[in-house]
Amino acid sequence: MSEYIEHDKDRISVGIVEKKYYTFAEPPNEIVLESGAKLGPITVAYETYGRLNRDKRNVVLILHALSGDSHVAGYYQPDDQKPGWWDTMVGPGKGIDTNKYYVVCSNIIGSCMGSTGPCTINPQSVLPYGLDFPVVTIGDMVKTQKALMDHLGIENILAVVGGSIGGMQVLEWCVSYPEMVRSAIPLATTTRHSALAIAFNEVARQAIMADPKWNEGAYYFGPKPDHGLAVARMIGHITYLSDESMRLKFGRRLQDKSDFSFNFDADFQVESYLRYQGKKFVERFDANSFLYITKAADYYDLGKQHGGGSDVKAFSKTWAKFLVISFTSDWLYPTYQSRDMVKAMKKNGLDVSFVEIDAEWGHDAFLIPNDRLSNLIKGFLERVSNEI
Amino acid sequence: MCPTKFKNHPLRYDLQIIASWIAPGSRVIDLGCGEGNLLTYLINQKQVMGNGIERNEDKVADCIAKGLSVLQGDINDEVLDYPDDTFDYVILSQTLQQVYEPDTLIRSMLRIGKKGIVSFPNFSHWRIRFQLLLTGYAPITKQLPFQWYNTPNIRVITIKDFRKFIREVGFTILKEVAINTQSENRYGKEIKTLPNLRATYGLFLIGNGMRKNEDRIHSH
Repeated sequence: MSEYIEHDKDRISVGIVEKKYYTFAEPPNEIVLESGAKLGPITVAYETYGRLNRDKRNVVLILHALSGDSHVAGYYQPDDQKPGWWDTMVGPGKGIDTNKYYVVCSNIIGSCMGSTGPCTINPQSVLPYGLDFPVVTIGDMVKTQKALMDHLGIENILAVVGGSIGGMQVLEWCVSYPEMVRSAIPLATTTRHSALAIAFNEVARQAIMADPKWNEGAYYFGPKPDHGLAVARMIGHITYLSDESMRLKFGRRLQDKSDFSFNFDADFQVESYLRYQGKKFVERFDANSFLYITKAADYYDLGKQHGGGSDVKAFSKTWAKFLVISFTSDWLYPTYQSRDMVKAMKKNGLDVSFVEIDAEWGHDAFLIPNDRLSNLIKGFLERVSNEI
Repeated sequence: MCPTKFKNHPLRYDLQIIASWIAPGSRVIDLGCGEGNLLTYLINQKQVMGNGIERNEDKVADCIAKGLSVLQGDINDEVLDYPDDTFDYVILSQTLQQVYEPDTLIRSMLRIGKKGIVSFPNFSHWRIRFQLLLTGYAPITKQLPFQWYNTPNIRVITIKDFRKFIREVGFTILKEVAINTQSENRYGKEIKTLPNLRATYGLFLIGNGMRKNEDRIHSH
């Protein structure tokens, strides 16, 4: 997702921010995961922007997607090359206005961006967990976010907001802690992965596991499975774009040449783009984390976990107000999945707004600066904060 | 009573009448809510809980950005998902003439809501009758300004037809007003004599006859 990050064109920013850490679930008080395994101690990396009101009712919790992190907006250092991943949306006067709201975002467990995950040292072996790290679920991620909220003294969340796998966490929050969540904005997401989405994830995982350097996940002291992870990321990028966006962005144009090379170099721009994205990704992401997080997303099934197989029943547990948004060219989480979600919410008489934004950029559209998206989120947040 | 003629009223005249029928604090859904003018007015002036359905993305986005609860979709499909009696009023303003299955939609309206409000351009206005009679061409008026081949208005409805239809499907007309106004106008007048001939629009408050006899008000 980082390829879209740019400095704000109007130079408006939340400014210098700091990554913080909260550690809990120290043995013997480990957390019992959905799988039955225990995990502890758990560290959660998080960031907060804006000011918590005296009544602590202006909290917006942002939940990130597969390769995201707690660094939603702003800069760690004044000379950082890039701000946080949703800097266009989060900041003073922006869609999620840090002058009004207290924004919290934590890195999901299983990730490699500061929270406990497969690259963390296992206190028992004093080695990185690798595949000894238990398989975590979206529910487990949300459970650790709840622990962070408790730690911050937050009992009431104005809005949970997130796209893609972040959107799954949004839904999970609504049904797991309904008493805390007043509104929710699930973007470009689904209540369960389609076979298509699982298939792409599996091919990406296979690319990692087929790399001999992966070494059953125990690669932390030697060469890393960079090639496998790069291919996994290339597959991901195909699913985040769309037929239309790839046609517009690349077409059949050649990269730095006027004719075919008649070998297996990157002839086409699209090949060169994917190779570049793959290469860039391995510099910042851990292959095992990719395995764990995609698995958590594949396992997610809101209806099965919370409604005995029925999304309608699952949504009966919440009374949050919803703003559901999908994008026309998103073929990873197509609009019909958002519509099904909206239907299940309506059957419970929930207050739900829904819009399908016409966008050519595929699944990634929610990360790309978009005035319409900012205005929708801004208007919705203003309404729900006035309806206390 | 219908509101008097306010030139600077924020609402179109027909919407002012609809608004006057809605009890404060009720739960309302506007089918085909457009830019949400009626909803905004009802929320601000009548403290209703307002929802809207609109097909056009730009309009939906405007509504949500303004702080309205609106969802994008086809009204015929979207009404199916709500539980019975979710709303106090279900509004279908100047859209009935574009609906493919009006009876199905009106039944749905009175399933998800306790009362329905329906307005439509009256096809038996004398100007329309004369146009057809004298020219032999399909009528074109300020209320129905399209050619036969490009009109979205696929249903031809008169005030008398609608009364008959509501009786036949077993519902009740609770209030009825016929008005003479142009579509954008903030003022107009009520037509009490020969409405089917003289009114440009008909507005009806309808209910499920079996349950709502107590609300019955005799129409003209």
